[in-house]
Order: sequence, then C-alpha cells, then structure tokens
Amino acid sequence: MSTTTKLPTREDKSMQTRSNTFLFIFRGGADPNQMSPEDMQRNMDAWFAWMNDLKSKGHFEAGEPLEEGGRVLKGRNGQSVTDGPYAEGKEDVGGFILLTARDLDYATELAKGCPIFANGGTVEVRPIQDMSAVRAEREQ
Amino acid sequence: MNPDVHRLVDHLFRREAGKMVAMLARALGFDHLQLAEDAMQEALLSAMRTWALGGVPRDPSAWLMRVAKNRALDVVRREANFRGKEEQLTAFLEQRAASRPQTFRFEEEIRDDQLSLIFACCHPDLSRETQVTLTLKTLCGFGEKEIAAAFLTSPAAIAKRLVRARKKIRESRIALEVPSGAELGARLEVVLDALYLLFNEGYKASQGDELVRKELCDEAIRLAEILAAHPAGDRPRTHALLALMLFNSARLSGRADADGNILLLAEQDRSLWDRAMIEGGLAELNRSATEKEISEFHLQAGIACCHCAAKTYQATDWERILSLYDMLIAVDHSPVAALNRTVALSNVRGPEAALKAIATIPSPELLASYYLYHAVLGHLHFLLGDWETARLGFERAAELTEVKSEQAFLHRRASECAPRKSEAQP
Repeated sequence: MSTTTKLPTREDKSMQTRSNTFLFIFRGGADPNQMSPEDMQRNMDAWFAWMNDLKSKGHFEAGEPLEEGGRVLKGRNGQSVTDGPYAEGKEDVGGFILLTARDLDYATELAKGCPIFANGGTVEVRPIQDMSAVRAEREQ
Repeated sequence: MNPDVHRLVDHLFRREAGKMVAMLARALGFDHLQLAEDAMQEALLSAMRTWALGGVPRDPSAWLMRVAKNRALDVVRREANFRGKEEQLTAFLEQRAASRPQTFRFEEEIRDDQLSLIFACCHPDLSRETQVTLTLKTLCGFGEKEIAAAFLTSPAAIAKRLVRARKKIRESRIALEVPSGAELGARLEVVLDALYLLFNEGYKASQGDELVRKELCDEAIRLAEILAAHPAGDRPRTHALLALMLFNSARLSGRADADGNILLLAEQDRSLWDRAMIEGGLAELNRSATEKEISEFHLQAGIACCHCAAKTYQATDWERILSLYDMLIAVDHSPVAALNRTVALSNVRGPEAALKAIATIPSPELLASYYLYHAVLGHLHFLLGDWETARLGFERAAELTEVKSEQAFLHRRASECAPRKSEAQP
C-alpha cells in the first residue's frame, strides 16, 4: 500500500470554492441623542470584548472603520459626483471586518455577539466568493 | 494607533466629556453651552465609531480634544453668532489644542477652565437644584438618564430643567469667570453648598441607583479638590467640606454586607473602611484649621472624624461627638441636626435622656414623615426594652422609605423586637 496523495476531483474542487471568508458590514448603531458618555464607553467596551474574542479564536483577519461621508459617483461615465453617501444616518456604513469561519451559519452566530444591536444597528454578513481555484487554473 | 484593542480606563469618556465641555465653553462662551456639549458629543461619537475597529489612539485624551476642537472650529466658521470673532476663537482653540495633554501646563489650563465652569454652574441666580443638575451635566459628563436616576425623576424632567437653565444663563448673562475681590467669598459659599448637596445626594441611602450614587460622591470630592487647589477656593471651609466628604466616603464600603443588607455602625467591619480616604480627610481637616473660622462643615467633619478614628464601635468618643453636635445645633437649626444629636446623646447619657431631647425638638411635625425619625425612636425604645413601641417605630420607618435595602434593614430590626415582645409578657 503506497500512500499517494489523492488528486482533487472536480467535485472536491467545487467544495474548495465554498467560501470560509466573510465580510461583516456594520450600519448605524449609535444614536448620540440617547447616549450619555458613560453609555458610549460601555458600548465601546462591549465592542472591545467582542473583537478580542474574535481575535483570540482566530476568526479576525482585518477590519477598518470608515470616515463619515465621501463621494458617490453615478451616470454613464461616473460624471455625476456627489458628496455622500447621505443615506439616513442609521443606514450609514460605519466600518467592516473580514473574518474566517467554517460556514455561513457559524459566521452568523459570530455576528450575533456584536454590540451594535443594543443600539439598533445592523450587521450584514456576506460570504466572499473564493476565486483561488479559478486563478490557479488560469495560471496553469 | 495601537493595533490591539483593549479596555478603556473607567469613566474615561465621562471625565473627558467634562474637560472638553469646560474647554469649549471657555472658548465659545457660557451662553453657548449647548454648542460646546454638541461638539463634545460628536467627538465621543466619532471615537466610538472608529476606536473599536481601528484601535485606541496612544493618547485618547489628546485625540478627543483635537476632534472636539475641530468640531468647534466648524461651528465658529458656520454660525453667524461668531462672525468677526473667528480669528480670536481659532487662535484660542489652536493654542489650547497645541498644549499637549498629560503635561503640567495642559492640566493647569483645564483645571482653570473647570474652575470657572464650577462657579458659573453654581451661580446664585440659578436654583440649587439647577446648579447641581448643570454641574453633573457639564462638569461630570452625566447624561440626563443618569441624573434622573440620581434624583429619582424622569430624564424628560431633567432635560426640561436643563433647557430652562440654558435660557436663564443667557438672560442673566452669567459669565464664565472665577469671581474675585469682595464677590468671591459669597460666591464660594454658594459653590460649596452646591457641592455639599451633590455629595449628600450620593451619600444618603434614601433613593436612586447605588452605583450612580457612589459616583456622585466621587464627583463632589473631585470638584472640591479642584476648588481647594486654586487660590480662589483655598479657604478653611473648602478644606473642611473636603474632609467631611472624604471621611464619610471612606465608610461607604462598609455600610452594607456582601448581599447588600445595610449594617448598623456597630456591626460594620471597620477594616473595609478606606484608609487612604481617612488619611486624606485628616490632612484636609488640618488644612481647614488655619483660621478661627468654624463652619458647619468643620463641625460635621469633626463628627465624621470621630467615627473614622474609633478602632471599634465601643471605642467611639461619644462625648466629643456630642459636644460637636451641641455646637452644630447652635448654628444649624434644622430638626434633622437635632435628631442626629440625640443619637450621640443616647450613647453618652442613655436612651431616656435622648427621648426627652427628641420631645423638645422644635417643629417636630417636620420630622413626622422622615423615616429616620421613626427609626431613631424605634432604636431608643429598643434600648429601653419597650419592644412593642420599638417595633412600631421600625415598621413606621419601613413604610416611609422607598429603598428596598432600607426596608429590609428596618424589617429585620422590627423582627428582633418580636421574640422579646413575648418574653416581656408574663
């Protein structure tokens, strides 16, 4: 019996393309009129605890806050440039993180611990399409 | 930026809020308090949005001050109110932001800002209630909800009070400045009385959220320290008030057992009392004794000092406490002061003498709805072995307080009368 590495079949390859990287998009979650400085610090501490947990369990890959506002381009050649996005403050994207998890359900469970919900914000969980197999194929 | 997220120092946001508002109000004017508070709020919000995902800056205070300053500059450029003053205000804010936090100069400037804000918030044109509310909101960074919790009222009522306060500030043209000359003495007295009330709101166990109340005590001490450290506030009375607050605060930690049950002074574990605070109180009491002046604060600090100095309940110098109370009721004619004196009297001359003294308190009708009056009566009758009257006193007191831990305490004392009641009967 020789131990040869089993070559991946077409089926396995499709398994591999199933993503285990996720993008969390944070929207809203801070109403300054209802939060005292102490409330804000408590919220912040909860974020730190949640993020530390993601890091210590090896899920966290990257993440950045977004500045408020920016530019939105529209039209055939992007000729319509406006300051924005000025969606409702509550819809405003405040930042994102990239993390790894075994599947969408697990990533969803991780997102449930986010402190943003205490302040009426939302988390959008999006699997990132794994294109590595396609790239590898193209390079061959 | 520190890539690792970590926990912030306790109350950092609240403390920084107070500093930012003090600095911005100094720049924009006390009549633009709302703008200062808005800029502070935006700076904290901006921190909240970015620090969790981006990491905490190495110097969070400096970061917040810079953002608050920039928000204030935006307002100055935008609002017609400030037309013609942009240059002057910009120079002031730039200079302030240029001196780095944590340095002596910065701390000194901020303390000056806070000191003038203390005098402005505790202006005699404002009601006592408004003074304390404004102080908590602007200097201590409390939210309306937290102030409401401390005063057992609704956040909406506090919000209304603050709106009226800001209107009054504009109408009375209350300025942000440290009073001087002949005016200083009277103004300082008003400030000290307001800080005393702020402390008592926290200290008295009769209402509100336990944690918030402890913070009220801490804040009153912090503001009194700012006052005591400045030539304008460095008076014997200020040090006496600070001593009084430190002595009483030191004993807070022993006031209840692990389950939150209130303990009698005789039952308290004195090793839980805060030694450092007691030492601080002693130092302040020394500083308060530089002139002949003996204020009510001096006498109350002296009484609190006797309790702190006693190694055991039995070792309490009740003679001295009684003589201090005798001096106190000569200047403080409130029935509550007279009632408190009777507790000391009972320890020196016995419960019968105390009951006689209670009977002679002027305007006793003011005490009828005061739960401690009935609790003291219950205690004195208890000492005399009159179990039934004692029980009635404790039960009446329990009906009059709304605080659960006090009710539990008084019911416990009432139940201690019950078995003896049957013993006493033939």
